[in-house]
Amino acid sequence: MEITIVTDNLTKTFGAFTAVDHISFEVQKGEIFGFLGANGAGKTTAIRILCGLLHPTSGKAEVAGFDVFKHTEKIKKNIGYMSQKFSLYEDLTIRENISFYSTVYGLSDYQIKEKTEQLLTRLQLHSEADKLVHSLPLGWKQKLAFSLALIHDPKIVFLDEPTGGVDPITRRQFWDLIYETADEGTTVFVTTHYMDEAEYCDRISIMVDGKIEALDTPDILKSQFKAATMDEVFYKLARGTSTK
Amino acid sequence: MNSIEINNISKSFGSKKALQTINLNVEAGEVFGLIGADGAGKSTLFDILVTLSKSDSGTARIEGLDVEKDYKKIRKIVGYMPGRFSLYMDLTVYENLDFFASIFGGTIEDNYELIKDIWVQIEPFKDRPAGKLSGGMKQKLALCCALVHQPRVLFLDEPTTGVDPVSRNEFWNMLKNLKRKGITILVSTPYMDEAILCERIALMQEGKIMAIDTPSNITKAFNKPLFSVKSTHQRKLINTLRRFDQAYSCYFFGQSVHLAAKNESVSAKEISDYLNENGHPEIQVAKISAGIEDCFIELMRKTA
Repeated sequence: MEITIVTDNLTKTFGAFTAVDHISFEVQKGEIFGFLGANGAGKTTAIRILCGLLHPTSGKAEVAGFDVFKHTEKIKKNIGYMSQKFSLYEDLTIRENISFYSTVYGLSDYQIKEKTEQLLTRLQLHSEADKLVHSLPLGWKQKLAFSLALIHDPKIVFLDEPTGGVDPITRRQFWDLIYETADEGTTVFVTTHYMDEAEYCDRISIMVDGKIEALDTPDILKSQFKAATMDEVFYKLARGTSTK
Repeated sequence: MNSIEINNISKSFGSKKALQTINLNVEAGEVFGLIGADGAGKSTLFDILVTLSKSDSGTARIEGLDVEKDYKKIRKIVGYMPGRFSLYMDLTVYENLDFFASIFGGTIEDNYELIKDIWVQIEPFKDRPAGKLSGGMKQKLALCCALVHQPRVLFLDEPTTGVDPVSRNEFWNMLKNLKRKGITILVSTPYMDEAILCERIALMQEGKIMAIDTPSNITKAFNKPLFSVKSTHQRKLINTLRRFDQAYSCYFFGQSVHLAAKNESVSAKEISDYLNENGHPEIQVAKISAGIEDCFIELMRKTA
C-alpha cells in the first residue's frame, strides 16, 4: 500500500512549550484519516507543519514524498487545503474563483478551460457560473471550496473542520463528496468536532497534550476503550486536559 | 411571565431575507435554545434582541422593555456573548474582566458570587493576555465578562462552536448552575446534540422557525417509523437502502444508517431480509425513536 504521509517523532516547540510532542504515524493513499483532539491539543500546529507552512523543531516527516524540513514548496503543490472559513473570494464570480485557483496552482489555459467545464458540470452550477460567490447558499460554497482545493489533483487534501456550522443535510452531502474523493485515490486528512463524523473515517488519531494517545479504526478504538461511541472514547481520553 | 417576547420580527439585508416573521416567547428563568446552521438567522435575531441592530418590522421586548424605545435600559440588564470572540486580546484575563465590570459601574468584588464557579477555572491564567488563551478558556472568560454586571437575561451566540466535546459539556454544566440563580438564558448552537440540554428549543433554517417546543415533544412528533441499520460496509449499505422501495429517507448517523420507512407496517425483519437478499453481511436492524437531528432533517425536507 502506498504511504502518502509519514511522520516519525515529529516535534514542535515554542519556547518552553511543546505543542507537538514526538508524533509518529502513517497515512495511506485513498485513506480517510480523522485527526481529532481537544482545543489546544496541538492539531493545528501539526497540520501547519504537514502543509509546509511551519518548520518543525525535530523528528522527520514526509508528505506526498517530500520532506517537511526541506521541500515545503513541493508539498504545497501536491496538497489541497480547505478550512471551515471557506477560502473563496466572495466578490468574484464562481467562474472567476475557479480561474483564480487554477492559475495559482499553475494550470495551463487549456487545463483551466477543461477544469472549469468539468467542475461546473459536476456541481451543476452552469446557470450560476457568472454570479458572485457571495450569493451562493452555504452548502454550495462549501462544495465549491472543496472542489477548488482539489483543482490541481493533489495527492492529499487537508480538511480543517470542513463541516463546522453546516446544517445536518449539507453536512452529510459533504461526506458523500469526501467518500468519492477517497475512492478516487486521494488521501483525505480531516479534523472535526462532530463525533458522528469520526465514525465515517477509516482510521482516527486522537491528540492529547501534543501526543497521539490513540490511533486505529473507530471499531477497534471503541473496543479498546470499552466505549459504545466515539464520543465516549474522546471523552475518556481528553478528560484530563479539559482545563486547557 | 415572559422574559423575552418576539412578535413578527422580520429583517432583510438587500434581497436576502435574514429573518421572516419570527414569533417566540422565552419564559423567565428558562434555558431556551435556538438550533440551526450558519445562515439560519440566529445571530441577526440576537443583534436585534440585544439592541445592536433594528428589525425591519415587528416588535420585541426584553423583561417588558421595548428593544427600540428602551434600548438603554435593556443594555443594563442583559449580558451578551457574541459568536465571535470579542474581548481585548492584548489585555490580560483579569484586565478584561475588570474592564467589563467597570463600564457597567461595578467592581468584580460586588459581583463575585455569580461568576465565582467559572472564574476559579481561569484564575490561574489571570495575568495571561486574553489572545493567548485556548478556545475553551476564551469561552469561559467571555462568559465571565458577560455576567460580571449580574444581567437578568443572558444571550449566548454559539458559545460552543469550534469547541471540543469535553469543553462543550463543561460549558453546559456552567449554564445549568446559572439557571439555578434565576437568569433567563437564550443560547444558540449548530450542534443538534446540545438541543436536549435546553428546556425548550426553536429549530431554525433560512430565517424561519421550523418548530418550537420542548426537545421531547419535538422528537415525539416524528411520524415515520425509524430504524437504525448497521452492516460491515456503511457506504454500500446506504446505497442499497436508498433503493429499498419502502425507504422514505436514509442518512448516516455515525456508525449506523437511519432509515425512515414510508409505511407504519414496515418491520425490522423486512429490512433485514431485503439486505440479506442484496448480500450484506452482519446486518443489525433496530427500531429506534427519533432524535433532534432526525427531526431537523425531516423538517428541512418538508420545508424545502
